[in-house]
Amino acid sequence: MGTPFDATMTILMRQPRSAVGVAAVLAVFLLVFLVIPVVKVVFVAFQDPASGALTFVNFIDFFNTPLFRESFINSLYVAFMSVLLGSAIALPLAYFTTRFHFGGAVLIQTLGVIPLIMPPFVGAVAMQLLFGANGSLNLLLDEWFGFTVPFMRGLNGVVFVESIHYFPFILINLSAALNNIDRSLEESAQNLGAHGMRLFRRIVFPLAMPGYVAGASLVFLKVFDDLGTPLLLNVNDMLAPQAYLRISSIGISDPMGYVISVILVVFSLLALWTSFLALRGKDYASVQKGGGGLAKRDLRGGQKIMAYAVVIFVLLIVLSPHLGLTLLSFGTIWSYSVVPDGYTFANYQEVFASSSQYITNTLLYAGLAASIDVLFGTAIAYIVWRTSVVGRKWLDYLATGALAIPGVVLGIGYLRTFNEINVPFLDKPLASWWVIIVVALAIRRLPYALRACVAALHQVAFALEEAAENLGATKYRTVRRVVVPLMIGGILAGFITSFATAAVELSATIMLVSSESDAPLSYGIYVFMQSAAGRGPGAALGMIAVVIVGVATYLSHRVIEHYRRVQTVTGDVAPVI
Amino acid sequence: MSTEPVSVSIKDLHLSFGRTQVLQGVNLEIEPGEFFAFLGPSGSGKSTLLRAIAGFGPVPSGRILIGGENVAALPPWRRNVGMVFQNYALWPHMSVRKNVAFGLQERKVSTAEIHERVDNALDLVGLLDFAERRPSQLSGGQQQRVALARTVVVEPRLLLLDEPLSNLDANLRVQMRRDILDLQRQLRLTTIFVTHDQEEANTISDRMAVLNEGIIQQVGPPMALYDRPANLFVADFLGTANVLRGRFASADGRYGVVTEDGIELPLKESPTTGSGVVILRPQSLNIREPGAANDPGQVTLPGTVRYREFLGAIIRYGVNVGPHLLLIDHGHRPGERIFDAGMAVSVEIDPTHIISLTE
Repeated sequence: MGTPFDATMTILMRQPRSAVGVAAVLAVFLLVFLVIPVVKVVFVAFQDPASGALTFVNFIDFFNTPLFRESFINSLYVAFMSVLLGSAIALPLAYFTTRFHFGGAVLIQTLGVIPLIMPPFVGAVAMQLLFGANGSLNLLLDEWFGFTVPFMRGLNGVVFVESIHYFPFILINLSAALNNIDRSLEESAQNLGAHGMRLFRRIVFPLAMPGYVAGASLVFLKVFDDLGTPLLLNVNDMLAPQAYLRISSIGISDPMGYVISVILVVFSLLALWTSFLALRGKDYASVQKGGGGLAKRDLRGGQKIMAYAVVIFVLLIVLSPHLGLTLLSFGTIWSYSVVPDGYTFANYQEVFASSSQYITNTLLYAGLAASIDVLFGTAIAYIVWRTSVVGRKWLDYLATGALAIPGVVLGIGYLRTFNEINVPFLDKPLASWWVIIVVALAIRRLPYALRACVAALHQVAFALEEAAENLGATKYRTVRRVVVPLMIGGILAGFITSFATAAVELSATIMLVSSESDAPLSYGIYVFMQSAAGRGPGAALGMIAVVIVGVATYLSHRVIEHYRRVQTVTGDVAPVI
Repeated sequence: MSTEPVSVSIKDLHLSFGRTQVLQGVNLEIEPGEFFAFLGPSGSGKSTLLRAIAGFGPVPSGRILIGGENVAALPPWRRNVGMVFQNYALWPHMSVRKNVAFGLQERKVSTAEIHERVDNALDLVGLLDFAERRPSQLSGGQQQRVALARTVVVEPRLLLLDEPLSNLDANLRVQMRRDILDLQRQLRLTTIFVTHDQEEANTISDRMAVLNEGIIQQVGPPMALYDRPANLFVADFLGTANVLRGRFASADGRYGVVTEDGIELPLKESPTTGSGVVILRPQSLNIREPGAANDPGQVTLPGTVRYREFLGAIIRYGVNVGPHLLLIDHGHRPGERIFDAGMAVSVEIDPTHIISLTE
């Protein structure tokens, strides 16, 4: 083993020209397809539409328009409430799994993440049918008790759908934080006289706080930027739908879409920054010998029943979109009734007969985007962590920065930037060529693939590379024969994650689809769901999307598990990114 | 401290994790003010026993009396037993001062008194200047001191230390064990110390209990256990031992042992009959040139040097005597005669140093 100094020297002596070349290509790609479109959006927001001079007038107009003010407040309200409701769902689940010997823990861990495999807008329509004013639950309530609850009315509906969809982010982060608290930190407090709520308030909760804030800010960001859910629930007085509607109805020269974009980006950055601050320097994961996780207690009979009741109730709500969607996709007519009138395969037959291009397009786009992501992700990871190319950190920052760019904003940026550029030989603007959808998907999912690739690269001990070079392998051959094969598990997992999430992306896609023949699944679902007659086929298409994402997620878990077992001899312990 | 030190008395303590019996009938008396060590290999149950005294882990059967009060059924926070954890368990989200103040706040002590007592405790461990730092900004030794201060500031009846030195480097460990002992003497606090390192237990404890497989093997002052081990496990765990099997015999008021391969050794005193083992500590054996005039009363055996290891203060020889390999330690003084591998030597044994154990 070399000293850190040796390792630094080795890195300093590496300046392979090929790495610089690859870095340059990546930088140009990110510049053209991420930086320029976003800068353009920001620039237009500050530009006088008539004279082209820099001005704040668009922002003044924005805040002087009651509809926009209301949309802004509504978006903030929905995002905050979704965080609150999501926390209310996630907290008991995280608490039960980490604190008690509880059979339901496995149930929670597996079923609790299921919402993530369904895009929120897909579940939205199903939830209308279950919880809406004339939905199953309210029909039953009305019949038995003579009252109804407006679960799905207006903003409440958006909050309900979004929190059910995104609470797993809080659950996962909070559970991880709770599990990382060394048992002795809790025991030493007990030893000094603390117990019960005081122990929780003074020791356990502060230690788990960073994980909670990280999860909560992610939920805030996702909900604040989401376009599909409010659109499908026909709630248009929110920021993202307003941006979409302005651009699609008035045109790409209307400055309001750009002003909204800037606001979306600023709040996304704020949320990301909050999460960064929460986690910075708070590496409380101090598991040592004899430690690990909070001390788990046994539940007594009555408590056990209560705990199961809470968990089952929460899971029922959480899984309701899936249930509703299944019923809808196999149902004949479902209106003003608790369940559909009859069951049929007609919806699936219709989808496969008339709309199979949605499926093939999705597989093509998501496959291409995911390939680009892991290729670029691997290259960026390697350049950032294993070479000394000047400015390499910026590749990382740029690629990760895509997280803060909402799909609507990227879509608007692409329309504005690439409308004037024609594709050679095809004689149409780049902005309406299907390839631009692939590029948008690739840019949007690159941060996730990059994280997977970086984690995989950290698994490959530096000495393994040095050993290959010592035996005469060139840099290129070392990467190809040693580094990439050892990273392959992480790369595959990154591919599948990118693929699964790209397959159901709607917000950038909806802006960039120029003809139905080029449209992917998510767009198809959106189109179908616009009409009452299209709901059945739309649900069938939604089920297909859920199956694709579900299978991909399952595969990615299998791949990660497989390689974790196989490659435990790669030396250094990987730092968690 | 004003309070009188307390005694600890453990009576027929049984404890199991699921089906695994970890403590199998522990009985122990610890005197007031004593510095007591639990010594044993990993998995011997020593940490489990300590944690049971603090109230952690599965509820044991049997009684734990602290100053005469049975605490076995009390939760940890009602026992007033101070424990220092192996990894210190300092709360990373609190400053040093807040860590130390925690237990006093739980005891509803007034703010002014808390401030004063925290200052005193930090002064006691020499860290008053570090009060506003976070634990992560301290070295391992300093964290250890904060953990000690945090525990003693609440004036517990009893101080429990779970392998407190295992995370420190060698030099610091020697310094720290002196400091812990000084602190204990100053506070006159009954203290129990868990370790797997016999040197640590030997140097610091008044008495110790050697544990193996959940059973106390022997209790006593360190030197007594070393010189008169109750069984082979204690003899072996406390130091290097040459072990020879044989049968005991006596004739004409003289005692002796005959090993399986016919080596006869006289013993000062021993069981008269039966089989067992004799233990020869390496430093009790002398290595000489063959034929050198030997002291009267000493036994000599012929042997051949197999190897020599230079350990600094001593030279350790491996000498073949019959079928046995005996380890012999010779204090190193420059210029003295050394023996090479293959040389014929005679091994000199003082019968008064032979430890005999029946089976």
